[in-house]
Amino acid sequence: MRSDPADYEFVAPESLREAVELLAEHPGEWLPIAGGTDVMVQYAAGTLGARKLLSVWNLPELRRIEVQPGEVRIGASATYSEFRGHEVVAREFPLLARAASWTGGIANQNRGTLGGNIANASPAADSLPALLAYDADLILISARGERRVAYRDFHTGYKQMNLAADELIRAVCLPRKFAGYASYARKVGARNAQAISKVCIAALGRIEGGEIADVRIALGSVAPVPIRLNETERGLQGKRIDAATIALARKTAVAETRPIDDIRSTARYRAAVVSNLVGEFLERLASGETGGE
Amino acid sequence: MAGQHSEHIVGSSTPRKEGRDKVTGRARYIDDLSFPNMLYGATVRSRNPRGKIKKINFGPGIAWSEYVVVSAKDIPGKNYVALIENDQPCLADGAVNHPEEAILLLAHADRHALAKAVAAVEIEYEPLPAIFTIEESERGDKIIWGKDNTFKSYRIEKGDVDSVWAKADYIIEGEYFTGAQEQLYIETNGVIAAFDAEKGITIWGSLQCPYYVHKAMMALLGLPEDKVRVVQTETGGAFGGKEEYPSMIAGHAALLAMKSGQPVKIIYDRAEDMAATTKRHPSRTRHRTAVSKDGKILGGEIELVMDGGAYVTLSPVVLSRATIHAGGPYYWPSVRVRTRVVATNAPPHGAFRGFGAPQALFAIERHMDKIARTVGVSPAEIRRRNFLKQGETTITEQEIREPIDLGKMLDRALELAEYDAKKKRFAEQNKKATHKKGMGIAAFLHGAGFTGSGERYLASVVGVEGRADGGVRVLASSTEFGQGTNTVLCQIAAEALGLPYEDVTIAQPDTMNVPNSGPTVASRTAMVVGKLVASAALGLKQTLVGAGILHETCTADEFRAACRKYVAAHGEFRSLARYEAPEGIFWDDAKYRGEAYAAFAWAVYVAEVTVDLTTYSARVDDFVARQEIGRVMNPVLARGQILGGVAQGIGFALFEKVEWRDGRMANSQMTNYIMPTSADLPPIRVYFEELGNKHGAFGAKGIGELPMDGPAPAIVNAVEDALGIPLNRVPLMPEDIFEAVNASRAAEGEERPLAEAR
Amino acid sequence: MTKKAAAKREISLTVNGEAKTVRAYPMERLLDVLRQELGLTGTKEGCGEGECGACSVLMDGALIDSCLVPVGQAHRASVVTIEGVARNAEFHALQETFLECGGAQCGICTPGMILAAAHLLQEKPKPTMDEIREGLAGNFCRCTGYAQIVEAVAQAARRSAGA
Repeated sequence: MRSDPADYEFVAPESLREAVELLAEHPGEWLPIAGGTDVMVQYAAGTLGARKLLSVWNLPELRRIEVQPGEVRIGASATYSEFRGHEVVAREFPLLARAASWTGGIANQNRGTLGGNIANASPAADSLPALLAYDADLILISARGERRVAYRDFHTGYKQMNLAADELIRAVCLPRKFAGYASYARKVGARNAQAISKVCIAALGRIEGGEIADVRIALGSVAPVPIRLNETERGLQGKRIDAATIALARKTAVAETRPIDDIRSTARYRAAVVSNLVGEFLERLASGETGGE
Repeated sequence: MAGQHSEHIVGSSTPRKEGRDKVTGRARYIDDLSFPNMLYGATVRSRNPRGKIKKINFGPGIAWSEYVVVSAKDIPGKNYVALIENDQPCLADGAVNHPEEAILLLAHADRHALAKAVAAVEIEYEPLPAIFTIEESERGDKIIWGKDNTFKSYRIEKGDVDSVWAKADYIIEGEYFTGAQEQLYIETNGVIAAFDAEKGITIWGSLQCPYYVHKAMMALLGLPEDKVRVVQTETGGAFGGKEEYPSMIAGHAALLAMKSGQPVKIIYDRAEDMAATTKRHPSRTRHRTAVSKDGKILGGEIELVMDGGAYVTLSPVVLSRATIHAGGPYYWPSVRVRTRVVATNAPPHGAFRGFGAPQALFAIERHMDKIARTVGVSPAEIRRRNFLKQGETTITEQEIREPIDLGKMLDRALELAEYDAKKKRFAEQNKKATHKKGMGIAAFLHGAGFTGSGERYLASVVGVEGRADGGVRVLASSTEFGQGTNTVLCQIAAEALGLPYEDVTIAQPDTMNVPNSGPTVASRTAMVVGKLVASAALGLKQTLVGAGILHETCTADEFRAACRKYVAAHGEFRSLARYEAPEGIFWDDAKYRGEAYAAFAWAVYVAEVTVDLTTYSARVDDFVARQEIGRVMNPVLARGQILGGVAQGIGFALFEKVEWRDGRMANSQMTNYIMPTSADLPPIRVYFEELGNKHGAFGAKGIGELPMDGPAPAIVNAVEDALGIPLNRVPLMPEDIFEAVNASRAAEGEERPLAEAR
Repeated sequence: MTKKAAAKREISLTVNGEAKTVRAYPMERLLDVLRQELGLTGTKEGCGEGECGACSVLMDGALIDSCLVPVGQAHRASVVTIEGVARNAEFHALQETFLECGGAQCGICTPGMILAAAHLLQEKPKPTMDEIREGLAGNFCRCTGYAQIVEAVAQAARRSAGA
């Protein structure tokens, strides 16, 4: 353990109001910590820059999962286990439930939170592509009030986000409009559990009259932020799925990514796997299979 | 085999001696211990692979007067870690030869105050040219050790190799590589040292060989034998990674303890342990084999080179084992084996389960498949035609004197693996599938105990002691670190004396109290040390018989009564047994010829794999491990050894890659150095055969390292079977499979399956 | 002595059914508080990064890696460590089957592994072999290759079900 606990201030407010008031008084000084599955790893390694930590772990307002008619709201501090096991989330947002099931192991899932993962903004985070595919919105809160941001506009660059110095992520909102969509999710990692992804994909598709009515393909670990394959999706809209469509989609998909060589994998490998996964998704969409692995 | 033996205790699954403590959390590992007035220690390490140390600055922001600081100047004895060549400094003195080399030691009462202080030491270096690969070392344009970077070399010559090439119908060449592997025991290295002017130095630690540490402390601290005491604490895994390395960390704690006058605890965190301590030697093996048209090996040349890292440490012994195993379980009418281990500027590589054999056996077992393919026979058949048989000699001209029938073992293993049916099915399925399946075989041997005259040189001694309550206690420096030493040695003593297993205990390995039964390595404990335990136990009984208070044939009750009586009269008493080399064992160290090992264990492993061409990852779906190990001493423990060893072997083959950056392990976290989880392993089906062993306790041979040798070649053979592409390197990562598949498709003129990444 | 940024505070928590109060910096890891301040050394550190599970304990009924929990977040929590396992008859079955089946070799992963298995059996009293493997996938064992651990858990499940 390479950090000295004596060097860190830590507060655990009892309410969300207290938390945002503290942030309003000292914007940018306090790093929110939820389940600690990212922050505590950096802390132990001696690489955590922050010295003041604001615990949002036990705030009841942030742990709730609310089912409304038009959307499901997952509190920023709801754990992976909590929303993975939630009946409506599992049924209507399988990409997210699947991603949660392959994040770390049970112990990590009992502590990891969506808010924490979003704010940590690792390009390899497993659940974030699912949020892109589902057109998630974020509710951000500060002493100044709440605002709603489309998740696809949230990450502005590597580890940069549309989050003010006095703001917290309050909830993730998932629109309940994906009945009838086929879903495909797959994580490619170094092992079957406890792995950071080399490539991960979360995709949805709807076929009407033999043509693609809607398609959404989101990827992680192949760019500085999680991405939607906008151009690939545009190219697929209204098309029939055949060998030519698939080949073009695969090529376009790779062109939309910016994979790198890093400690876990290579750019060439990632590009090849992206191409294969997009192809597999479209083949399954065409044949009526769903799921992925 | 069951039912053929008359023993009741040896051969049964008696419960693990220290098991209750382990499952209740009561077992005390080194970091669970604390002493009054204890300081914590930490190590300042080189960030440079090679260079001269110009200046050491103690940076601002630290109250340096609160810290104990030790450098090479503080070493009372000799500044080396005593082992074979004594070339490795305990603390760098003016120069460094690898990243993570220890330069300074710091101690403080507050554990948390150390990391900041370590980070605040700034060292200025004058960098020197460094080398990082076998090829760079061989090139010889940068000499970093000795005259030519070579730590050690061996040469074996059998028969007349130069004459076989003309007679050969095929001459088959191949080159095979294995990478470094980290032992990754779940408990990191740790020690506590305490110094007292009267008693000398005491070391408690997580270690395999108390007497290795004892010897090293004598030299480092300039202390006589009776002023050094080493005690092994419960050890959370070792696999060779705590064979020689503990002498280094013990020396560090001892120096801090001597300077401060207080006990000092050093526990490595995971990142430090992975980056700074020993790993498996990387290797490159080249085969050139003369084969007849019916697939029989006529002779060949084998060249094997290993990367030893920056200092000699145990490289000569690792190389020795690799050399002797280079020919696999086959008959070579003639062969020339030339092996070397060379220096690079990486932390020294060291002992890891298998100890050179996994590297050598990977190469020969991959090569046998290549021979099979070239000659046009199956992988099974090529092996059948070349297996060693009773009466034939190995590459060191050791005669096989037991009725081992490897052909039959192969047949049984293939049957259990449903090899023929699966091969047929996969050949058909693979034509259209994105998931290609394959089967692979590995056949191998593993010599138990120290090589040649090694056991004679060790001259191991074991004691058995009579206790006041009538039971007995085993005294040996052999350590438990999960493999079952405590249990098996107690089983042996109980069996020898006709006592219940519960009446036998084993002393904590403490050099003040137990004799030197040799290091706990080389798969020698059950076989060699076990035999001495049986002798010492019988010797103890003879003491009672000689005293006239016990008959030769006696019951357990009678034994206990006699023992109690004797202890009451004379105090606790012990009987010692010393190793005696068997008659007629011949070993020529100069020519590397003769009886290399007292016994070989034999095995055939079969792997079934799937390669997913969407992700290029290979997965083992089923694994058959069949081996002849002399005698199954404890079925649950024996099966556990094979299961665990195969798991590590699967890791070696498909998961565990050390990412080197200028001699330093860059992926020194459990997040990035990948060992298999419970979700990653196939069913591993374990089968034993028993031929006995007259040199081993109750017929035991060695078992601990054997399972490490087979998985990698069996798996890579299976992957080649699935893909039809030769792959000659482990670890075999999905990225490697991708590049090979891509290259193969390009070579066949197929359209590349991907657009080039930007 | 250098000035400290933080102050120690009183943290009250229940550990193995007993009320405990410790004075600790809130950013001390729960793992270290258990081992040092509370002297419960059964919970181990294997990696410090939430990968290996050697530090697994139950916190408010959930399996977590105690190396990743600042003790400030454990205020008023209920924690169960390996030392508390022997008192619960259900968990006790696991300890027996680990011994019978060879589930513990070097033993360093064993406390965390037993907690993970206990947690699994709480959630799924009759798990399939695959569910056992998934439930234990966050606990690394380098010695056993997992098979005898999985068998021990299956055996304990059968025993608890009265089979």
